[in-house]
Amino acid sequence: MPDIVLRVENIVAGYVKDFPILWDVNLSLEKATITVIIGPNGAGKSTLIKVIAGIVKITSGSVWLGDKDIAGIRPDQMAEHGIAYVPQTDNIFRTLTIRQNLDLVLRNAGDKAGPRLDKLFTQFPPLASKQREKAGSLSGGQRQMLAVAMALAVEPSIILMDEPSAGLSPKAAEEVLGLARALTTTGVSILLVEQNVKQALRLADHCYILAEGRNQLDGSAADLLNDPVVGEIYLGGRRVGAA
Amino acid sequence: MIQYLVDGVLVGSILSLGAIGLTMVMHMLRFANFSHAELLSIGAYSALVFDGVFSAVLPQISASIGPLSLTWALLLSIVLAMAMTGLSAVIIDWLIFKRIRDKGDALSMVFASFGVALIIRNVIALIFGLKTHLYTQDIVFAVVISRDPLLMVKPDQVFGLFAALVIMLVLHYLLSRTTFGYALRAVAENPSLAQVSGIRLSRVVAITWIIGGALAAAAGVFYGLNNQISPVIGKDLVLPIFAATIVGGIGSVYGAVLGGFIVGIAASMALLILPSGYSPAVPFLIIMAVLLIRPNGLFGEART
Repeated sequence: MPDIVLRVENIVAGYVKDFPILWDVNLSLEKATITVIIGPNGAGKSTLIKVIAGIVKITSGSVWLGDKDIAGIRPDQMAEHGIAYVPQTDNIFRTLTIRQNLDLVLRNAGDKAGPRLDKLFTQFPPLASKQREKAGSLSGGQRQMLAVAMALAVEPSIILMDEPSAGLSPKAAEEVLGLARALTTTGVSILLVEQNVKQALRLADHCYILAEGRNQLDGSAADLLNDPVVGEIYLGGRRVGAA
Repeated sequence: MIQYLVDGVLVGSILSLGAIGLTMVMHMLRFANFSHAELLSIGAYSALVFDGVFSAVLPQISASIGPLSLTWALLLSIVLAMAMTGLSAVIIDWLIFKRIRDKGDALSMVFASFGVALIIRNVIALIFGLKTHLYTQDIVFAVVISRDPLLMVKPDQVFGLFAALVIMLVLHYLLSRTTFGYALRAVAENPSLAQVSGIRLSRVVAITWIIGGALAAAAGVFYGLNNQISPVIGKDLVLPIFAATIVGGIGSVYGAVLGGFIVGIAASMALLILPSGYSPAVPFLIIMAVLLIRPNGLFGEART
């Protein structure tokens, strides 16, 4: 029996009243795994992740965290529930230094703030050496690193990541996605929206495909990677074997 | 000439205090609040009321402090007026601006601020009348600092300048050294990310209004100490305060401080070459010059 940590049920949601982007969307996230959401532009992938993060209000449906429905709670309460969200762009405070960015998210950690900061700097050495520099001066890859570090600072059990590889060089994208994989070994569950389908399916354990705001297909990432229909639609018209 | 420079610095400190609150609100809430200068009036009149109460109830604290016309009662009144004005700013936001903001209509916010300014000004006139008031009836003469060149300064002006500088230093510490300050800056830069970083937006917005209101109150009292208190304080100062904010760059607290001094000194020095009747036009000219040469101000960032 899989250990489901997050369950999205029959979500209807959108940015404008009476114009939903998501229709009856369902999704489950298992503990210590990576689940990826893929789909064409405008499918509602980012909207779904924003719904879970509390940024987009839902019209109907539920977001179950364990046995608690957290649909409708404010985004600032997410950390209290062990959920961290890494937006696609503008995911760090450029005008603050790296240290100030981390201090900000650690401000309610009390005595644990110091040890957590040390742990993050050990985990991400480039951030430690540049901690007094403005976050806006970091490279794309380092910004994502800082954004992930900010998410980890609250020691979440679930991380929602919206296209973490967007705008990064292939090497930096691989590093960031590799980091996501490494995090699952510590018990963290990751829900990922990704445009790079091939890379995402190779990385993930489970995959949901959305189109036009609705669930289209879901299954194990390995199975979908070898699915001829998925290959035809999302992988450039040819099947790609798992690496 | 040095006299004009010194006068400009003294006026500049008042404008800086007003501009800091304005720039913080403009940056965070993305609207030009034309009612901000009326908070100076609320502060000035609140202090007048508190001072009157203290003088009646506790006459022993109504003696002047050293060479100043300022009394301990007024000093205490300034603190209370700052709290009162901060609270007033939050209530005004809650009653008017928040409702419009929730509908996402930025332009309506600007128009509403004109309306709020008129309401505040007229309510004050209704309660206190159109005649001017003074914190003290005692005449405090300017002290001669230098005879060649002639340089005279009122002790109250010097107090106002130092108090303004102390307030600015406290604010600098708050913004640059505390996580609370980081939270204020984070919300101003990226409200959405700030929220998902665990910051409660409504609380930070309220605190910004409190800080802006409190600083405006201090500016209003310092202005009243050296001039007269009248319902048109806000109307007289709205343009110089906006000029200071624009010169410094929207969102930059340090820019607002520098902008205040630049506008104060420029307006004062203009008296050397212009008839005093033209002095109010100087902030206009400064705004135009800055918008032409450096649209984002000295420390402002381009908004995308």
